[in-house]
Amino acid sequence: MKHTISVLLENKPGVLSRVTGLFSGRGFNIESLCVAATLEPSISCLTLVTEGDNSIVEQITKQLHKLIDVIKVVDISETDFVEREMVIIRVKAESNTRAEVLRVIDIFRGKVVDVSPKSYAVEITGPASKIQAVLDILKPIGIQEVVRTGTIAMARARKN
Amino acid sequence: MKVTGAQAIIKCLEEQGVEVIFGFPGGAVIDIYDELMKSESIEHVLVRHEQAAVHAADAYGRVKGEVGVALVTSGPGATNTVTGIASAYMDSIPLVVFTGQVPTALIGNDAFQEVDIVGITRPCTKHNYLVKDPNELVPTIREAFYIARTGRPGPVLIDVPKDVAAARINFPKPKPIKMQTYRPTYEPHPGQVEKACKAILKAKRPVIYAGGGVIASNANEALTELAFKLNIPVTMTLMGLGAFPGTDRLSMGMLGMHGTYYANMAVGECDLLIAVGARFDDRVTGRIDAFAPHARIIHIDIDPTSISKNVSVDIPMVADCNHALTAMNRWFDRHTDFDREAECVKHEPWLDRIREWKAKHPLGYVDEGDIIKPQYVIQKLDELTGGDAIITTEVGQNQMWAAQFYHFNKPRAFMTSGGLGVMGYGFPAAIGAQMAARDRTVIDIAGDGSIQMNIQELATARNYKCPVKIAILNNGYLGMVRQWQELFYDKRYSHTTLEGTPDFVILAQAYGAVGLRATKKSEVEPVIKEALAIDNVVMMDFVVSPEEGVYPMVPAGKATTDMLLV
Repeated sequence: MKHTISVLLENKPGVLSRVTGLFSGRGFNIESLCVAATLEPSISCLTLVTEGDNSIVEQITKQLHKLIDVIKVVDISETDFVEREMVIIRVKAESNTRAEVLRVIDIFRGKVVDVSPKSYAVEITGPASKIQAVLDILKPIGIQEVVRTGTIAMARARKN
Repeated sequence: MKVTGAQAIIKCLEEQGVEVIFGFPGGAVIDIYDELMKSESIEHVLVRHEQAAVHAADAYGRVKGEVGVALVTSGPGATNTVTGIASAYMDSIPLVVFTGQVPTALIGNDAFQEVDIVGITRPCTKHNYLVKDPNELVPTIREAFYIARTGRPGPVLIDVPKDVAAARINFPKPKPIKMQTYRPTYEPHPGQVEKACKAILKAKRPVIYAGGGVIASNANEALTELAFKLNIPVTMTLMGLGAFPGTDRLSMGMLGMHGTYYANMAVGECDLLIAVGARFDDRVTGRIDAFAPHARIIHIDIDPTSISKNVSVDIPMVADCNHALTAMNRWFDRHTDFDREAECVKHEPWLDRIREWKAKHPLGYVDEGDIIKPQYVIQKLDELTGGDAIITTEVGQNQMWAAQFYHFNKPRAFMTSGGLGVMGYGFPAAIGAQMAARDRTVIDIAGDGSIQMNIQELATARNYKCPVKIAILNNGYLGMVRQWQELFYDKRYSHTTLEGTPDFVILAQAYGAVGLRATKKSEVEPVIKEALAIDNVVMMDFVVSPEEGVYPMVPAGKATTDMLLV
């Protein structure tokens, strides 16, 4: 099962390497990793997607928490949460397919960020499933390049 | 007050109460060594290889119950420490290792003797630092000592660039260390204490399984109190030997791959396993699904990651072992609604069963005339030192025989590289132990293979007048691998026969030490007696039966009750 883990950690050199080293050293796989500073510049927030059964994820969260520079670890997939990922896709767009590409992008609420005579670069955000869907639709038209950010996620606030 | 970085380091060490450090100088740490020369309270032990500095600091810290300290230079000096650091990490030993680094302006430029030691040791330190800002040096050292000695202890490395050691800085007053991110849990949850105690009262066949955490947290007395209070048999891991008196009737010795028959059988049949400061290492559990199959498991450990890592636990207790066991003892003292006498009597049939196993398969070996059996040498060492020596070991058969046949009645008397299994650990560790306990007898039990991994430290032992005794169980083989080859590889002894082994007696003499040799059983006792009477380093070369094996033995991947016996 996929788990999305949110980690607050000290924004210092080498800290990310401690996190990734922990995963490689213990044979855990990272599917996606996103990290940037929070409102407090000395603290970073890292969103990590990994796969494993409950015992593996329990070990991952405990081991992460054991790192001296880690402040907080939450497996947010255990709660209701919002997740987003951004992708930039360079897709073939010649005279016969330009309109279709625009239509698809519109359906997925994306936007064109770069244009050339033979291609569009389009930007789309959404959960990983939406990104996968748009890639599947655009693939037959001709995808030339894809860059994905990886997932960021946040637990939803309580409604009461 | 302005001081140099190097002066600040020495002042910090003095502030931390450090009396002995182990190290080897080099260009990047010359400033620190220059200051060290001025210190009146710190003795520096010059080793002959940086690996030995770390092992010696490791054992020094273990004997003293303090943080061991090593100081080495950059590049190769730093990389030579990695084995020692990894060993301390696996065994949860508190250490602070200072490495020199090239000046900050050269970091990343492939400068002479530059290496990313912080990157290299990241997976095998509890934490590590590269100090780039001279003003961070003092707070970093204080934090490093705090991290090394608190929670689950471990090695911490501080990489100090040469210009940081030379910079002029303020020396701030010590403040209580408050870390946003690191807060070990010492006190057990009262609810879990109650659950554990009630589970113990329900059990008919309980076993205490004590590990190195008991020794690290000085919980041996609380553990002994619990065992005596309720008449519960105790088995120990390799790292836990000494946590409970080895000669006591409730002691079952070590469990696991080369554990006693009775300890392994008892764990196989117990209905409650009380694991204290032990981490269910694969050398202990054997096949996981067959380990303690009938037991509920209580697990006390200060490190939450150890809980349910290998074995599923019924009652976890994240706490310092001493605090947890003390809380449990108090619970039993407070709750007078059960009859303690009856509780002890209730366990007698279980202890009878263990006694039957002990009588059926005691630890032993087959005597063969005047041939020296390695186990006999250990028995004689035990007898002639009154079980009161500090024993260090190398790794392999010598280590297992020492664990099986020397009776450790007190903690901090057995130093061995348990987790990493470092050949070459024992001798420098013996020097470290001797520096910590000048009046004790310290013996390194070694193999003829492993002693050669750090044999150059004979010079260190002589230099610092450490009258360490080395007992080499010389069988001409890399014995433990040979044993596996004998049992599982059809006696194909591929590269385990040691050719070119030096004459240890002459070698000892070359270093100004004393060399003694025994080739017959009748010579063992006189040699040990002579060695113990000499106030010098003594290398005892016991030419033992070459194909003797360590038994019992649980083949890898088998259940621990599935043992090969003598």
